[in-house]
Amino acid sequence: MATSKQKNMTPQQRNYQQLQQKHEIKRPVLKNCIKAFFVGGIICVIGQAISYFYIYYFDFTEQSVGNPTVATMVFLSMLLTGFGVYDRLGQFAGAGSAVPVTGFGNAVISAAIEHRTEGFVLGVGGNMFKLAGSVILFGVFSAFVVALIKTLLVIWGVL
Amino acid sequence: MLAMFFWAFVIGGLICVIGQLLFDVAKLTPGHTLSLLVVIGAVLDGFGLYEPLVDFAGAGATIPITSFGNSLVHGAMQDAEKHGLIGVLTGMFQVTSSGISAAIIFGFIGALIFKPKG
Amino acid sequence: MITSTGVTGGPFEANGNLAEDFDLLYEDLWMGKETYEKAHRLLLEEAIKTALNKRNMEKEQIQFLFAGDLINQITPTSFAARTMQIPYFGLFGACSTSMEGLALASFVVNYQGANYVLTGASSHNAAVEKQFRYPTEYGGQKPPTAQWTITGAGVALVQPNEPGEVFPVTTAATIGKVIDMGLTDPFNMGGAMAPAAADTIIAHFRDLQIDPSYYDLIVTGDLGRVGHDTAFELINKSGLELERKQFQDCGLLMYKDDQPVQSGGSGAGCSATVLYGHLLNQLKKGTYKRILVVATGALLSPLSFQQNESIPCIAHAVAIEMNGDKG
Repeated sequence: MATSKQKNMTPQQRNYQQLQQKHEIKRPVLKNCIKAFFVGGIICVIGQAISYFYIYYFDFTEQSVGNPTVATMVFLSMLLTGFGVYDRLGQFAGAGSAVPVTGFGNAVISAAIEHRTEGFVLGVGGNMFKLAGSVILFGVFSAFVVALIKTLLVIWGVL
Repeated sequence: MLAMFFWAFVIGGLICVIGQLLFDVAKLTPGHTLSLLVVIGAVLDGFGLYEPLVDFAGAGATIPITSFGNSLVHGAMQDAEKHGLIGVLTGMFQVTSSGISAAIIFGFIGALIFKPKG
Repeated sequence: MITSTGVTGGPFEANGNLAEDFDLLYEDLWMGKETYEKAHRLLLEEAIKTALNKRNMEKEQIQFLFAGDLINQITPTSFAARTMQIPYFGLFGACSTSMEGLALASFVVNYQGANYVLTGASSHNAAVEKQFRYPTEYGGQKPPTAQWTITGAGVALVQPNEPGEVFPVTTAATIGKVIDMGLTDPFNMGGAMAPAAADTIIAHFRDLQIDPSYYDLIVTGDLGRVGHDTAFELINKSGLELERKQFQDCGLLMYKDDQPVQSGGSGAGCSATVLYGHLLNQLKKGTYKRILVVATGALLSPLSFQQNESIPCIAHAVAIEMNGDKG
């Protein structure tokens, strides 16, 4: 996002930005990656445990267990978000808590909870997808393009 | 079974590290990062590379947001095989429904019972 | 003269470094109201009432209110003005609003436009996060350059100078221009605001033909760690000799080291609460004789960020000293 503006800067702006960079506290990239790795990994392990639970006790197969597992994980993220825990986890883990589907749940649920003061229709309904909307949009559209291309290739006999 | 837990941890962790690098090095917002990861999931499934990852790492591949892209393409392809081109549209949400429905339903329930804590 | 002040704050500030300089502190961000925005309004209303009570005045005696905040259309301040029924000038200078208000109030009073003027600024952490960034329960990760919006309101009652009365007196003000050095990261506002602070400070010394040693303390509003260091370098580079120990920042003074505020405090209420509480108390005790308060503001909006605009900033400086001090 920052580099696209480089071309339009005056020399004065460029000089200042170089000076400012010196004082800018750098993000601890390595530490953040390690924390993201561990928390993301643990969330996936919990998901795996939940999957096995559904397979053994509820007759799901390895193919069909994805749905209830994801739903359960989102339910857990609702509890963590509602009790004010997920935002602290997020500050610690960064992508480790944002990338798993629990992060998606947290994005939707935190927006819903926050905008309740504006009423359920305009507030909750109107703002719920503030953060997650782009994920749904790009997920659906990219899947559409990929599936379209593949299907056309099959129809034309290439695949 | 134990091996699956290990690989779930490692693969899930690695996908999150990719996300973290997009945050910290590419300086992308969470919205941009997650959207990019979903698209990557869709494209990988287009090349048939995501399903093997799921078989190998289980939840390590189904829990990160990349699996949304994978599921969407899967659903679309399943219906497309049966019904041709229109199947691309009809099939898409059949396989992913739980994640998005759950988020909507629990979001609403959350708004009913919780207050933000700041 | 600043004859009375009212300073209110929230839970984070109650645990911070300057808790004793607050008149009223609340235990949680809701303050008994149904929305954050109503709590925000309450902070300002209580600060105004406190300032009036300390001087035994009624709100009907106040001729003008100069105040503002960060929220869209400055509604918390406007709604508080509705409660107070004082003729109202709503101001928007982002986090520089406090000094914008004090400069205007002092100017009006000095040229006999009024005898009793209230001025102030306020902010509320959750209301600001909700508007500018993410829902408060969202698990987003803030980088180390980010700042913590303070929850608080600072209000001052300004009257014309009376010989014989000993109060802090505003002696000069420098109004800033909008400065934009092309920075775009809303999580690094200190870096964006530092040039504005430096520009106003340099202009102040040039206009008044004095040098930094005239002041015991030069304090910026909310540059935070990154912006403060950068501004220090910019000012020294311009030829002014500024010493580290006389140069401080309200955002850095507010909180203790173990509070998770990343680069320091910020918000329209930051400079207002620190000045009208802590710094004026220090002036009255004699710790400082003359101070220069430079409040800094970042004039962006969530929309301007989405449209890939950079962050223009502004800084306003007001000089304050205890009267009874000549030269």
